[in-house]
Amino acid sequence: MDSIISIQDLSKHYASGLQALNRVNLDIRRGEIFALLGPNGAGKTTLINIICGIVTPSAGSVRVDGHDISADYRQARSRIGLVPQELLTAAFENVEATLQFSRGLFGKPPAPALLEQILRDLSLWDKRKTKIMALSGGMKRRLLIAKALAHEPDILFLDEPTAGVDVELRRDMWQMVRRLRERGVTIILTTHYIEEAEEMADRIGVIHKGEIILVEDKAALMSKLGKKQLELTLQAPLTTLPTELADYPLEITREGHALTYTFDTQQEQTGIHELLRQLDRLGIDIKDLHSSESSLEEIFVNLVRDRS
Amino acid sequence: MNLYGIRAIYIFEMARTFRTLMESIASPILSTSLYFVVFGAAIGSRMGDIDGIGYGAFIIPGLLMLSLLNESISNASFGIYFPKFTGTVYEVLSAPLSSLEIVIGYVGAAATKSVMLGILMLLTARLFVDYQILHPLWMIGFLLLTATTFSLFGFIIGLWADDFQKLQIVPLMVVTPLTFLGGAFYSIDMLPEPWRALSLFNPVVYLISGFRWSFYGVADVNVAVSLAMICGIMLACLAIIAWIFKTGYRLKT
Ligand SMILES: Nc1ncnc2c1ncn2[C@@H]1O[C@H](COP(=O)(O)OP(=O)(O)OP(=O)(O)O)[C@@H](O)[C@H]1O
Ligand SMILES: [Mg+2]
Repeated sequence: MDSIISIQDLSKHYASGLQALNRVNLDIRRGEIFALLGPNGAGKTTLINIICGIVTPSAGSVRVDGHDISADYRQARSRIGLVPQELLTAAFENVEATLQFSRGLFGKPPAPALLEQILRDLSLWDKRKTKIMALSGGMKRRLLIAKALAHEPDILFLDEPTAGVDVELRRDMWQMVRRLRERGVTIILTTHYIEEAEEMADRIGVIHKGEIILVEDKAALMSKLGKKQLELTLQAPLTTLPTELADYPLEITREGHALTYTFDTQQEQTGIHELLRQLDRLGIDIKDLHSSESSLEEIFVNLVRDRS
Repeated sequence: MNLYGIRAIYIFEMARTFRTLMESIASPILSTSLYFVVFGAAIGSRMGDIDGIGYGAFIIPGLLMLSLLNESISNASFGIYFPKFTGTVYEVLSAPLSSLEIVIGYVGAAATKSVMLGILMLLTARLFVDYQILHPLWMIGFLLLTATTFSLFGFIIGLWADDFQKLQIVPLMVVTPLTFLGGAFYSIDMLPEPWRALSLFNPVVYLISGFRWSFYGVADVNVAVSLAMICGIMLACLAIIAWIFKTGYRLKT
């Protein structure tokens, strides 16, 4: 597998004594969209900041496109663009100047046409002469993305890019991410909106208390851990489950107006046929059927809960 | 060498200077002019010559040194402290820049501004008093060396400071007193012992003395000693900065 980032036994103890990362091993594939999920304080930002050279690791190593992030930091860093979690911007500069600054920092010669394209893509072209402090929060977020793209990175880190961003802008942003991926840019994002990871990512990693507890193709993850539920709305409410149904993974829900049947999508036999026949035999009439798949969010919550 | 990177930092810093033209250029020039008016023109006319130089002219190198030190320190310290404070320093840290390149960008801009100020002050002083510069090349040399050295020093303070108070305490509590006691307004030969001997522990004495020598050819200490002193301070600052970047002290967690 062609990996563009290779993380080995990476640990981080902050000076406070807190262990933010514990022997993390992770490979990011070239050209993929990788979503890193985890609760607050799991170590997502710490991991990203180490790769980008902002936080020093306590142990372990990271290679970016074959270049060690400390021994060969110039090569490693020049490939990476970072959109930080916080809205960190200078205040008094204008949009255009700050983009030129970003590009320059990464050792690239001026490229007005490219910067114009980036600003247009992010609907900031009209604001190019505006001072940063006069931008709205959502515009600042887009500006941070523009800054990260100004030096044409091969790898883009988006640390919670859609926090505090409205629905429309979020959609635009994901479109942009897809376009970048089509151009071959590898994207690593963290998010708390699990639908986002579900919709966008090729692979998903879950980090919890500084440890990677799972890395999986999204589709495989969904089918492996996914549970389906079948909700049967009843004609007449039930108060107790008939003993004949005790062996089924059934629950009385909606105050007796429904039965919920949980089954594993992996199983050969879902048992639905059997269940329906049994219900028929018992004279329990069904008004409506509704099946649902568990979302990544549920998978994720279950994973983290099982751990703690 | 990431020249575009150095240039980006330098331009950013210079833009900050020109954005705040009033406070960064006009106000130091105003305060220096006030010194000239009060000490040079008003009091100076009643003071005798020192080392054969009129008092108004005598204090020019010292006054210039006072502003040069304060401006270099405050400008360079603010330049790096502020992005650290607001968090925008992440971008510089994540860029493919060596620590030397970062220092050249920030310190270069701070020193440029100090030199510009120094020259402007010299021109301003011309309005109040007549002076000569016997050794112009030495004068320029001292100007550049002092501006660079104390911009380096300010850079260290900016890295070290974790609040605004610490940022101001060194210029206010250390540099200004040392400059006043360092012979900006008098020749240390005029001091009684033990003050004269004690003064020799004040590094600013050497700076002012050397600078004044480049103007009038008179000095409290040998000019070679002055030169050695400033180079010594510069090397010390460079060593401290190298250590800071190596350990990530107060810059990276
Ligand atoms: N500079 C620091 N000094 C000490 N501890 C820190 C520092 N930065 C982060 N931490 C701690 O390290 C742990 C991981 O933090 P991190 O910011 O990496 O989490 P995260 O997964 O990004 O969380 P969130 O989803 O809230 O952004 C947390 O317990 C945090 O308190
Ligand atoms: Mg975070």
